[in-house]
Amino acid sequence: MGRLRIYARQPSRTTSRALVPHDRMPLVAHRNARHSYSSNPYGRIRQSGRCRVIANQAYRLPEVGAIDRSRSLTFMFDGRAYGGFAGDTLTSALIANGVRLIGRSFKYHRPRGIFTSGPEEPNALVELGAGARREPNTKATTIELFDGLVAASQNRWPSLRIDLGAINSLLAPFIGAGFYYKTLMWPASFWETIYEPLIRRSAGLGRAAEGPDPDNYEKAHAFCDLLVIGSGPAGLMSALIGARAGARVILCEEDFAIGGRLLAEKHEIDGQEGRVWAAQTEARLTELQNVRIFRRTSVFGVYDGGTYGALERVTDHLRESTPHQARQRLWKIVARHVVLATGAVERHIVFGGNDKPGVMLASAARTYVNRFAALPGRHIAIFTCCDDGWKTAADFATAGATVVAVIDVRREISRAFARVAERIGARLVTGGRVVGTRGGRSLRSIDVIGADGQAVRFEVDCLGVSGGWNPTIDLTCHHGSKPRWSDDQHAYIADKLPPGLSIAGAAAGALSLPAALLSGAKVGHEAIHTLGFIARFPDLPRTDEDPARLNPFWHVRGSRGKAFVDLQNDVTVTDIEIAFREGFRSVEHLKRYTTLGMGTDQGKAGNVSGYAIMADLTGSSITVTGTTIYRPPHVPIAISAFAGHHRGKNFRPTRLTPSHRWAAEHGAIFVETGPWLRAQYFPKFGETDWLTTISREVTAVRTAVGVCDVSTLGKIEIQGTDAGTFLDRIYINTFSTLLPGKTRYGVMLREDGLVMDDGTTARLAADRYVMSTTTANAGLIMQHLEFCHQVLWPTLDVQLASISETWAQFSVAGPCSRATLAKLVDPPFNIANERFPHLSVASLTVCGGVPARLFRLSFSGELAYELAVPANYGDGVIRVIMSAGAEFGIEPYGTEALGVMRIEKGHVAGNEITGQMTARDLGLGRLMSTKKDFIGRRMAERIAFHDPNRPCVVGFRPTNRSARLQAGAHFVPCGAAPTAANDEGFMSSVAFSPSLGHWIGRGFLQRGPERIGGRVRAYDPVRATDVEVEICNPVFIDPEGGRLRA
Amino acid sequence: MFGRKYSALSVAWHATTGNRYLTPVWRDPEPRDRYDVVVIGGGGHGLATAYYLAKEHGAKSVAVLERAWIGFGNAGRNTTIIRSNYLLPGNLPFYEWSMKLWESLEGELNYNAMVSQRGVLNLYHSDPQRDAFARRGNAMRLHGVDAELLDRNQLQKFAPFLNFDDARFPIQGGLLQRRGGTARHDAVVWGYARAADGSGVDIIQRCEVTGIRTEAGRVVGVETSRGFIRAPKVGIAVAGNSSRLAAMVGLRLPIETHVIQGFVTEPVKPLIPGVITFGAGHFYISQSDKGGLVFGGDLDGYNSYASRGNLPTAEDVCEGGIAILPLIGRIRVLRIWGGMMDMTMDGSPIIDRAPIKGLYLNAGWCYGGFKATPASGWCFAHLIARDELHPVAAHYRLDRFATGHLIDENGRGAQPNLH
Repeated sequence: MGRLRIYARQPSRTTSRALVPHDRMPLVAHRNARHSYSSNPYGRIRQSGRCRVIANQAYRLPEVGAIDRSRSLTFMFDGRAYGGFAGDTLTSALIANGVRLIGRSFKYHRPRGIFTSGPEEPNALVELGAGARREPNTKATTIELFDGLVAASQNRWPSLRIDLGAINSLLAPFIGAGFYYKTLMWPASFWETIYEPLIRRSAGLGRAAEGPDPDNYEKAHAFCDLLVIGSGPAGLMSALIGARAGARVILCEEDFAIGGRLLAEKHEIDGQEGRVWAAQTEARLTELQNVRIFRRTSVFGVYDGGTYGALERVTDHLRESTPHQARQRLWKIVARHVVLATGAVERHIVFGGNDKPGVMLASAARTYVNRFAALPGRHIAIFTCCDDGWKTAADFATAGATVVAVIDVRREISRAFARVAERIGARLVTGGRVVGTRGGRSLRSIDVIGADGQAVRFEVDCLGVSGGWNPTIDLTCHHGSKPRWSDDQHAYIADKLPPGLSIAGAAAGALSLPAALLSGAKVGHEAIHTLGFIARFPDLPRTDEDPARLNPFWHVRGSRGKAFVDLQNDVTVTDIEIAFREGFRSVEHLKRYTTLGMGTDQGKAGNVSGYAIMADLTGSSITVTGTTIYRPPHVPIAISAFAGHHRGKNFRPTRLTPSHRWAAEHGAIFVETGPWLRAQYFPKFGETDWLTTISREVTAVRTAVGVCDVSTLGKIEIQGTDAGTFLDRIYINTFSTLLPGKTRYGVMLREDGLVMDDGTTARLAADRYVMSTTTANAGLIMQHLEFCHQVLWPTLDVQLASISETWAQFSVAGPCSRATLAKLVDPPFNIANERFPHLSVASLTVCGGVPARLFRLSFSGELAYELAVPANYGDGVIRVIMSAGAEFGIEPYGTEALGVMRIEKGHVAGNEITGQMTARDLGLGRLMSTKKDFIGRRMAERIAFHDPNRPCVVGFRPTNRSARLQAGAHFVPCGAAPTAANDEGFMSSVAFSPSLGHWIGRGFLQRGPERIGGRVRAYDPVRATDVEVEICNPVFIDPEGGRLRA
Repeated sequence: MFGRKYSALSVAWHATTGNRYLTPVWRDPEPRDRYDVVVIGGGGHGLATAYYLAKEHGAKSVAVLERAWIGFGNAGRNTTIIRSNYLLPGNLPFYEWSMKLWESLEGELNYNAMVSQRGVLNLYHSDPQRDAFARRGNAMRLHGVDAELLDRNQLQKFAPFLNFDDARFPIQGGLLQRRGGTARHDAVVWGYARAADGSGVDIIQRCEVTGIRTEAGRVVGVETSRGFIRAPKVGIAVAGNSSRLAAMVGLRLPIETHVIQGFVTEPVKPLIPGVITFGAGHFYISQSDKGGLVFGGDLDGYNSYASRGNLPTAEDVCEGGIAILPLIGRIRVLRIWGGMMDMTMDGSPIIDRAPIKGLYLNAGWCYGGFKATPASGWCFAHLIARDELHPVAAHYRLDRFATGHLIDENGRGAQPNLH
């Protein structure tokens, strides 16, 4: 047995903790535990101008491992500086530095260390980074070490070493599974004020970042013939076959190094170290043009249509990323075929005190030794029920550690193992059980009972536990299938696979190295043939024997202390017993009642043991127990990664109108209307109140001329010999009779008989119409028309095109609008009233040859036109309009003035087309043709739509003219109580009318048109207003329409 | 000792006796040959129905049949929100009754369902939306429901962590129902199961209904994986499977089944006090007592009976989250699940007699069924026991699509995936 050599020899000190053996137990191994927390006098570095201590790497092994000793790194954990090397993970570096206490458990705040070496880690969760970059609950086992890394323990107070929450352990009998469902109910008011805040504060693990995520995230798509998930021996074989056959191969590996377990084991392949074979294979793959290798990339979800979600961690391992570099990249990989070679996760054995820092999976323990040259303990024992645990014993001995004992639950073990025990000087306990552990913040000793019933205590600082392997098959279940138990492999294995996915290696139960290589070759070969490639079956590399026999063993009955099944959520065997007694026996109930498997590891470490223990209690077999449902994501994914660039102002695209630049130059205030940014109003110097500005704009239109960008309205060109027929079926009123050169207002219904949209449609020629829609419904109506054309009436000769963005459109309104536009219109076109009366349309040119469409339409109620020009001319044309109108006092106006004038004029607007209104409700019932069929006609006949009590649109003005109105107020009869029974309707829009000098409104009132002249209350308790209003005609301005025809 | 009653004392007593004397929270009986009423579906609605049948209507012989395990469907897959912030008179009285039942649920069931009234806040982002929310808030107030309209300043005090700085759709304020909040969904199922069981209801798990037997136009019982069970009255409360069950008797319901995804993150220390919804995108979020952010958004959009969703919708939902809560970006999503939503043509449910005598429907909850659980059970029990609609659910008629008495809160029309 070789002596342990310490990489940089440092002074060590004897711990002050006294070891007090249980009097019944003989001490078989005794040596002062040497956990060096002492400072390294040689390791001082200067940082930020002050001296910080770098703890030495007293547990670092020399020479071995896949770390790069030429690159020293410094990192901080809980405010203390440590050293590590490139190629370390945070946990391997902490182990090398002798740090064992990493965190506290969720419920009992028990000291916890490092349990695994991968994403299945339940214990070693840390807050990574600080401030806005703080990431709570990060599995230290998956953090690639970099220089300057800062991590801190979480969920402890006041400190990691002294955590007052540990008092919960004493209350354990009272706060077992489901206790909160049975109590904390009295008095009822205490729940929100006392109990729940307490629970919420003590739950929750780490703290979220303090501000918006400052990093960038991006998304990418990839396509391949063969996607290989996992780069262990099986994955590499599959990838190699696919690559050599010429298939487009993508190989995803979540680790930063290629090789999977080959990095962690002392295997030989073709006469060299497994790690070297992996590196050579990687090099061969890298040479090929048709192969892409994604490291640090976790495939997290299997979606429909052969789509796989994957997350690439691009800069998480760098101290600083370059500006604009994405931190993470979300890949959507579409693969014709997938080989899932995700390996397996070792399971633990449940026994009292199995959570002490120092107890870890045996496979993890040797990963730290073999790959990272970090020694988890100097005096190790192995507790195993399978051959695998023996590898750890051998590897520790080779590394120079003392293997104190190997406790194998099997009574009969092979002679080879017995010889190993002898060679490494380990005490062999066959048929043994670990029945208890000792130690506070770190393991000190274990109590073992042998087959003969004899109790023995071993002083150890590390216990490797090996309970067999669970194939990592989560991804095979994302389409809804469940795994099934295999009695041959003593594990849950994949059952029904998603289409186009096959499974290889340890994930398929091929646990030994030769089996994994063979499986990878076979599955890869088959897959590549399925895809139509021709590939020779490869020569398999030569490997050493790799025994993988297993006697499943889950739980040491009668062991001392809390026996944890799910270490993260502190679910103990006792909790499972409680669930059993209370009838929560199905795995789903077990999970939900005890929180088994609901932690950040999603039960990767403990679930199967929990099922087995429940099966044991119910007297059934684990075969029938089944598992809970596996859901994406396979590993937790940051919300930011899903959101990508769609954040802040980029949440959705912003659409700008053609006159946006001009409006901005003229001081416009903009407002979001759907995707658009529109000019809301144009304040002038000295105007401090928006109402003043808007009133000025309205007055300008009513007395002179104004211009407004109305390009956001939807515009749809409808052509074809059947265009008129088509529109007759779309609109409730008739358009086939519209003369070319004329426009008409139209209303359309949904199939269910309620109003869908309104707008004007112009007939440019016999077979050519242009429809306008509301801004909000532009896309929806286009979709609707396409549906009607393609699905309902495909035989009609109609062609549709959305031209919303093709044309800039300006409303030029006011008594001087004709005079203004006349200056733009090219001769010989004449827009005199008799030549171009109200509701005319014409194609013409303006400004010396700019093609244009001129509509004589009025939303404001004044003489008005809408001028459309190709969008590129929009900016120029509004400038020309403004200068042409200058002599008449032209003013630009925004959406607010537009809204005021439409309320004054009594037009329907978007917010009144709620999808709940009939044409009659909106006062448009007379438009419904009785001479033709149209969409929605039949359903509009439903009895409820003809209820005379339906609220219909009318106008309102405050009885006290100085009162202000509020949209959203409900109407209640004057003098009646404000109750639901007296609710008669609501105010839909209001405005201050500068023309009338008081507030006006529109609203829906039961039997409204019959009640004109009467009064109701506009009741608005959420804004504490209550105004008596007069019911009036909804057209406040020029009801005869004289102005717009002028 | 202490019988079945839960109390701090009983918990203490069990603790001191090593929890040895705990007994099943509900029995696991063999199905009998016949019952007066069979309720199909062991979710929250079915169990609540059975409980109120026994408790309020004195039904002696009631069975709840569950294909898998109680609470296995949508009752265990929702985002646990309770609220009664509705607009329409067809909905408000019902959901407010539900809210009242939530408020007294723990006392009623002697089970802590963690009903937590930490508030439900709907954000508004424009003046027209503010007015629409005012209309809704006023409707709530007229129905005796609490509602407050917060302006930007008030909102900044209430929820300072929202994105007030660079939101694409500026956050201007919100409609707040303080009595809204969340409840622990599984506990609701277990609490009703325990109480129903205590009232003599048989909860039969792993009993799949394979057929509904009718004779001369009326129901006589159900065929199940555990044999024929005779019953003159059968209630269907199976959410996403409603159309499948109804098809067994040749009924075609005005329902499409869609998939919606729910999300939960790794647990973090308290961050979000109540429920918050985004008004310019589809996103809603709360934080569970365990610390996980629980959120969701839009339907995936296509009809499906598969309880799984797809990636584009997950991305869309997370975009909505970051849009209003930029500080949740680095928190990691732990689990994304899919549920089957029984979407109706107007987005509101059906609690009514089927056209076959003795068959009753409780369906069409869209993705809002959880909050309705107590009142749904209450009204469905009333309907089954008395064969007449309960006044607060009087509008949830099956024939409303023919008559036009729609209850379309959002005005989306007869397109189920838009509600």
